[in-house]
Amino acid sequence: MADRFEEPAFGAVERDFSQVDKARLVQALSRVLAPASLLYDLEDLRPYECDGMAALRQLPLVVVLPDTEAQVVEILKICAAQQVPVVARGAGTGLSGGAQPHRFGVVLSLARFGRILSIDAHARRAVVQPGVRNLAISEAAAPFGLYYAPDPSSQIACTIGGNVAENSGGVHCLKYGLTIHNLLKVRGVTIQGEIVEFGSLALDAPGYDLLPLVTGSEGMLAVVTEVTVKLTPKPQLAQCVLAAFDDVVKAGDAVAAIIAAGIIPAGLEMMDQPATAAVEEFVRAGYPLDAEAILLCESDGTPEEVAEEIGRVRAILERSGATDICVSRDEAERLRFWAGRKAAFPAAGRISPDYYCMDGTIPRKRLGEMLRAIQDMEKKYAMRCINVFHAGDGNLHPLILFDANKPGDQHTAEAFGAEILELSVALGGTITGEHGVGIEKINQMCSQFATPEIKAFHRVKAAFDPAGLLNPGKAIPTLNRCAEYGRERMGRTSPQAHPDLPRF
Amino acid sequence: MQTNLAGFIKDTPEGREAEAILRKCVHCGFCTATCPTYQLLGDELDGPRGRIYLIKQVLEGQRATAKTRLHLDRCLTCRSCETTCPSGVEYGRLADIGRHVVEQQVPRTGSDRVLRGALREFVPRSGLFGTALGLGRAFKPLLPRVLSAKVSPGHAAGVWPAPRHDRRMLALAGCVQPSMRPSINAATARVLDALGISLVESAGAGCCGAVRFHLQDHDGGRADARRNIDAWWPDIAAGRVEAIVVTASGCGVQVKDYAHLLKEDPAYAAKAARVAALARDPAEVVLAEAERLKPLLAAGAGKGPRQRIAFQSPCSLQHGQRIRGVVEGLLRAAGYVLMPVADAHLCCGSAGTYSILQPELSGRLKANKLAALTAQGAERIASANIGCIEHLSGGTVIPIQHWIELIDEKITEGCRKSG
Repeated sequence: MADRFEEPAFGAVERDFSQVDKARLVQALSRVLAPASLLYDLEDLRPYECDGMAALRQLPLVVVLPDTEAQVVEILKICAAQQVPVVARGAGTGLSGGAQPHRFGVVLSLARFGRILSIDAHARRAVVQPGVRNLAISEAAAPFGLYYAPDPSSQIACTIGGNVAENSGGVHCLKYGLTIHNLLKVRGVTIQGEIVEFGSLALDAPGYDLLPLVTGSEGMLAVVTEVTVKLTPKPQLAQCVLAAFDDVVKAGDAVAAIIAAGIIPAGLEMMDQPATAAVEEFVRAGYPLDAEAILLCESDGTPEEVAEEIGRVRAILERSGATDICVSRDEAERLRFWAGRKAAFPAAGRISPDYYCMDGTIPRKRLGEMLRAIQDMEKKYAMRCINVFHAGDGNLHPLILFDANKPGDQHTAEAFGAEILELSVALGGTITGEHGVGIEKINQMCSQFATPEIKAFHRVKAAFDPAGLLNPGKAIPTLNRCAEYGRERMGRTSPQAHPDLPRF
Repeated sequence: MQTNLAGFIKDTPEGREAEAILRKCVHCGFCTATCPTYQLLGDELDGPRGRIYLIKQVLEGQRATAKTRLHLDRCLTCRSCETTCPSGVEYGRLADIGRHVVEQQVPRTGSDRVLRGALREFVPRSGLFGTALGLGRAFKPLLPRVLSAKVSPGHAAGVWPAPRHDRRMLALAGCVQPSMRPSINAATARVLDALGISLVESAGAGCCGAVRFHLQDHDGGRADARRNIDAWWPDIAAGRVEAIVVTASGCGVQVKDYAHLLKEDPAYAAKAARVAALARDPAEVVLAEAERLKPLLAAGAGKGPRQRIAFQSPCSLQHGQRIRGVVEGLLRAAGYVLMPVADAHLCCGSAGTYSILQPELSGRLKANKLAALTAQGAERIASANIGCIEHLSGGTVIPIQHWIELIDEKITEGCRKSG
């Protein structure tokens, strides 16, 4: 079929932004922002050089901290006029480098957009600014018997704007859906400075449904300035089962068995022994420290529904070889059980100076296989890997432990991680569950998608951002990058990717 | 995180300690969620993760300017971040080290220098401070607004029971508490007396050293610690006392840190460790005597409506000393109704000398804290630290007292009823 569309320039090769004039940029921005909201000295910029993925660092030219949407509009117009790349940032807790600055660009922080604008308890929705913390929405909705369901483990700190950009998941997303399933509207600003609104207050709207397009677009289509979320009624009762296993593969198989039985738990998570030990020191939830793996399985609903479901779950866990099973006795204990799981990644800091958190997703029934393969890789790379999983949907978070102060360690960790991701794809899964692609997995996008698909992605972005100024170099690789990555991998088992592509 | 400390600090005790702390931080950002200044200012540089990064920058050789110093000055040292951090980063210790280096790289000048010097010299001297406060009270209407707002009325101390029990504990008088609220230590003495413990103050002890230490006069702070240790040592060595009760939680956290402060001093390291191990917040002491306390409180229980109290848990108590829920339990056992307080983990803005040095941020935090404490109709506010009490008192007509005074009231009522 003849290709009728002109390829956007940013899709072929990563754009060279070195011509950006910092002094001219600062001068223009200083007409819009007070001095305390405009940072451009090295001393001030360095703490902004990375997000939650501290291994990926890049100093920006400028950081801006606007307070109003009108300022955001002006900032984007200036960047469009001067052809400056823009990277939006919330709380900077992301794990794929999505908020890693661009060397010649602006970091646009939405951290000051912290107001909850309205809560409509009857319509079960809230309108919030993008800098509002995920947990703060649930705290504000609590007096109405409502909460915001998607609960990324960083929910204490992460912002809803970031959740929209990444289409974040979380422990309770197995039952309640991802961010996209809990949104009604997103309001944002394009690089041209135009205000756009996606979605509607109704459950559906005519025309193309662009809300799922922008959700998960990693700051590449528009800058979010307001979010309308759906609120969910709090269940009458929620109880969490904590089960211990003497073998990680048995635990993985138990997960598959629970889902195969037609149960949709409110949450179904797994942690291996080292992850559990690290986090118990912090949370003191009473986790069994001698179990090779623990499973947390939550049931919510009416007391009758919960009792029935927990009964079925217990039976399955026993059949699967659980060595110990206990059920949370009250709300405080239930929250303690989850607090450990949610603190699991940073708790790794207790046993290792650095960690590389992976985020692949595989079909549930292959969990046991993947865990065995990771154990082999630990020996191959001589590196420890502790595991935390959103077991219910097959989303794995292997945490590869390394020490950046040791030469070569970070490189080894990255190679270990890349092998896990490629195995995820080979087992019929995908390279990201919920942390986004960012910069971290951009190479693996070349494994997952073929040239025509990547070109289609570029065309969609070009409809919003023809010059490729919003978060360039993230999420969707250029064709050149895929060609180079394919060349790098030549000689390995997979055939040469994109043989039709001219090499630059 | 990856670290690469510069030559000037790398192989010093501070450098090694700082590096170990920096390597615990994984840059997750959870700490920003509970940092009062980050929540107000929305700038990474004014949150714990950013401050850790700024300190890291300085220790790796990037010379600080007044900008870094300002971001560190804005830190309350409330240590709410330490409570939140899953990795166990000892932010408070790192901040001490970082601030000390920055203070040397960017010395204070002008009125800032004069003010800090005055605070370091004036506040810890309880005799001098007491005299000045007395004069301030006498001439309050003539003082400029900013000073008169800080002059609180006097409070009668009440009786301090003579030491009659075999069990004894030392009490730290502190620097400003004797003149501002002598009722606190006196009430503590009465409560402990009822529980079979005699409380005595040692004349030679004075300021705990926090004021000087937190104004980067580390030598002065250590000198204060040594003086206190010397004043207490005879009683400790002779086995006459079983604990050192520190009624101001802000001082309690400092005294509990004496071991760390003086660990490099061969003449004092062991004594400092012993003193630190003996230091107790009154909550710990009273909790340990819960069985003896119960009947005393029961005697005071009236049939009338129970008073509604809001408890302001100071940062130095809940984050610094990690004592949580204890005071609330004691107040409930005493028959008070505790009102829920939103954002109870956030600082009231007093933070030692912070309310004087960072008045704007301090004022915003004070307003937020008072709103949270009074939102549910509390009749009285209880706290556990002299700084918080004085700071908040200026903004409300609702009486604010140390919680031990409320327990003292109930015990006294009980004694009166049983005759």
